[in-house]
Amino acid sequence: MAILVFLFFVGLVIGLSFYLGKKAKTSSGYYAAGGQIHWGINGIAFAGDYLSAASFLGICGLIATLGYDGFLYSIGYLAGWIVALFVVAEPFKRLGKYTFADAVDAKYNSRGIKLAAAISTLVVSICYLIPQMVGAGVLVEPLLGIPHAWGVIMVGAIVITIVATAGMASTTYVQFLKGAMLIVFSSILVGAVVVRGLSTRPDQGGAVEFHEYARLAAVQSGDQIQVEAEGWQVLEQVEDAKGHIFIKLGHESLETWWLLVESEGAFSLQEIQSVVVSGDGTLINGVPAAEENQLRLVGNLEQIRGERDSETGSLSIFEFLSVLTDRETIVRSWKSSVITDSEGARVTVYYPVEVTGDRIMRPGLKFKVEGTLLERLDFLSLMLALFLGTAALPHILIRYYTVPNPASARKSTIVAIAAIGFFYILTLFMGLGAMVNGTLNPADSNMAAPLLARSFGELLFAIISAIAFATVLGTVSGLIVAASGAVAHDLFDRYLHIKMDDRQKVRAGKIAAFVIGGIAILLGILFKGMNVSFLVGLAFSVAASANLPAIIMLLFWKRTTARGIAASIIVGVIASLGLIALSPELYTLYGLNPGDAPIPLNNPGIISIPLSFITLVVVSLLTKKTVKVEA
Amino acid sequence: MLHEPASPAGKDHAGPYKMRLGIWMFAFYALFYSGFVAINLIKPQAMGTIVLWGLNLATVYGFSLIIVALLEALIYDGLCRRQEALLADGEAKDGGKAVPSKKG
Repeated sequence: MAILVFLFFVGLVIGLSFYLGKKAKTSSGYYAAGGQIHWGINGIAFAGDYLSAASFLGICGLIATLGYDGFLYSIGYLAGWIVALFVVAEPFKRLGKYTFADAVDAKYNSRGIKLAAAISTLVVSICYLIPQMVGAGVLVEPLLGIPHAWGVIMVGAIVITIVATAGMASTTYVQFLKGAMLIVFSSILVGAVVVRGLSTRPDQGGAVEFHEYARLAAVQSGDQIQVEAEGWQVLEQVEDAKGHIFIKLGHESLETWWLLVESEGAFSLQEIQSVVVSGDGTLINGVPAAEENQLRLVGNLEQIRGERDSETGSLSIFEFLSVLTDRETIVRSWKSSVITDSEGARVTVYYPVEVTGDRIMRPGLKFKVEGTLLERLDFLSLMLALFLGTAALPHILIRYYTVPNPASARKSTIVAIAAIGFFYILTLFMGLGAMVNGTLNPADSNMAAPLLARSFGELLFAIISAIAFATVLGTVSGLIVAASGAVAHDLFDRYLHIKMDDRQKVRAGKIAAFVIGGIAILLGILFKGMNVSFLVGLAFSVAASANLPAIIMLLFWKRTTARGIAASIIVGVIASLGLIALSPELYTLYGLNPGDAPIPLNNPGIISIPLSFITLVVVSLLTKKTVKVEA
Repeated sequence: MLHEPASPAGKDHAGPYKMRLGIWMFAFYALFYSGFVAINLIKPQAMGTIVLWGLNLATVYGFSLIIVALLEALIYDGLCRRQEALLADGEAKDGGKAVPSKKG
C-alpha cells in the first residue's frame, strides 16, 4: 500500500512537470514561472517551499525526543516571516527579476555584488539541500526497503527531472499540492492523536503489544556487580563518557546489555536496547539484525498526573497539552551512548530516562537556558538566526518573482504565514504524540511523524510518508532552481557576460541543475544520521549572516555602497561557515572530542550576523558609491 | 545592464506609508519575540508557570507568537489596502496626480 501511494505521488509530480515543461520555454518561464502565479497559489507554494524535511521530519523528531526545545524551531521559523512581510516582500518584488543577486544589485550594476550574491546563493542552497537529502534517504529506507544512499540518489534523480523539465513553474505547482496536502493530513493525524488520548501502556489501538522493560535486582561486591536472579551471568561492565555503567549479561545463550541503576543505596539492572557492530556482523538486542529483528519502537508515559497504569481516553487539544505539562506526569524518553566492549566491538546502547512533564514542556533539555553563559548565548544565537534567516533564503526570495505585482507578493506572504503558522502549531502535537505513543525509533528521530502515522494504520502512514517525500522533492526543487539561477543567470550571463539567447539561458539553467543535483546527492549520503532540523538551523545562520545585512541596508541606509554589500556578503558566508566548521557539533561529526572545538558555540549567528553588518557599514563608509542610490 | 523586474510595476504612491508601517509593526513583533527569548535567558523557570487552561507560559507564549504574527499580518494588509485605495481615488480625482499620504 505504502509503495503504491508513494509511486502515485511520484508519478503525479513528474507528470505535472512534463505538462508544465511544455509551457516553460523562455527564461522568464523557467526562472520565475512567467511572473503570473496567483497570490493564493503562491502563498501555499511558499508554505510548500518552507515546510521542508526540517519542519516535518526534523522538528517533530526533536519534539519527540527533547520536548519543547524542538518547538523553539517552529516559533523561530514562523517569526522569520514577519521580517519577510514587513521589510522585504514588496521592495524585493519591485527590485528583482530572477535571482537574489538581481535584487541586491538592482541599484548598483556591480560585478562584485553579482559574484558575491551568486556565491552566497550557492552556499546557502547547498547548506539547505544537505538536510533535505538526508531526510529523503531516511524516508525512503523504511518505505521502499532500499539503503539510505540509494534513497538519496533516487530523490536526486527525480528532482533533477522536475527542475530540468519546467523550472519554477513545475516547482510552484508541486509545492502548492504538497503544502496543501501536508497541512490537511497533518491535521488529520493530530485529530487522531488527541482522540486516542494518552496511556501508560500505549499499544497503538491494540495493534502492537506494549513491551515492559525488565529490571533485575543486583548487588555490588567490591567493584563487581552481580545479579541475584538465577541463570543470569555478568559477562563484563563498561563505563561510558557520561559515567553511566553498562553491564553485559548472559542468559540462555543470549548476551544483552543492561544499565546499572542506583536508587537509595540499592542497585538494579534496567533492560535497555543495543546495537553491537563487530567483524562478525550486527547484533540487535543480542540477536543478528534482520528485517524482523530491528530496534523496538519506544516512548511512553510512566505516570499520568501521578497515576501509574492509567489512560485518559479522548482529550481536547488543550487537555492533551495540559496533561503532558503536569509535573506529576512522567515521560519515559530514550537516550543513546556509544561504548566499546572487551572484544573491540562498537556498541550503541539506547537507555530510558524519566522526565517530568513540566520539564518536557519548557525549554532546557537541548538548549541549556539554565546553563553557562556560553550555553545561553548559543540559544540566543539560534533564535536570532531563525528570526533573521527566513527573509534571506534565496529559494524563498525568488518566489516573490513568480507573482504579477508587489501587492500580490504581500498577500501571498500573508497566506504563507497563516498556513505555516497553523502547521507549526500541529508540529507540537505530532512530536508529543510520537513521544508517548511508543512509535519512536530510538536510533533516528527523523521518522517520528511518519511512524506516529503508522500507528493509526498503513493507509495514513503511506499518505504521510508520500507527502513527506513530496516535501523533500518540492523543497529540493526550489533550492536547485535558486542555485541553478545563481550559476546560469548571475555568473554566466551577468558576471562573465557569456552571450546566450533565451533558449541557451534555459539550457544553461538545466545543466546547472544537473550539476547541483549531483552535489546534493553526494552530500546527502555523507551527512547521513544528523538531525535535519539542526542542519537547517545552520543554513539559516549562513543565510542570515550573508544575505540579510545586504537586503536590510540596501533598503534602509542611503550610504550603502556596492563594495559594502559585496564585502558584507562574503564576510557573512566565510564567518558563518568558518564558525560552524569549528563548532562542537561538527567536531562530533569529525569523530573528535567536542570539548576541543575552538569555537564553543554551535550556532554562529550571534557573531557572524553583526560582523556582516559592521563590514557593510565600514566598507561603505570607506568607499565611494558607484551609482547614486535613489531616495 | 541593470536587472529589470520580472513584471513591471507602476509607481507605488503608498510605498513610503507601507514602509513606515512595516517598520513599526516589525519593531512591535521584534519586541514581543525578544521578550520570549529574554524570559528564557533571564528567568527560564518562569516558563514552567501554569498560566491558562493548565498550559504553561512557554506553550501560551509560543502559540501567541504564532497567532500574533498572523494578526499583525492581517492588520498590515488591511491598512496597506486602505492606503492604496485612498491614493488611487485621490489620483483619479486629481487627474492622474498622486495625493501624498498625510504622514508623508
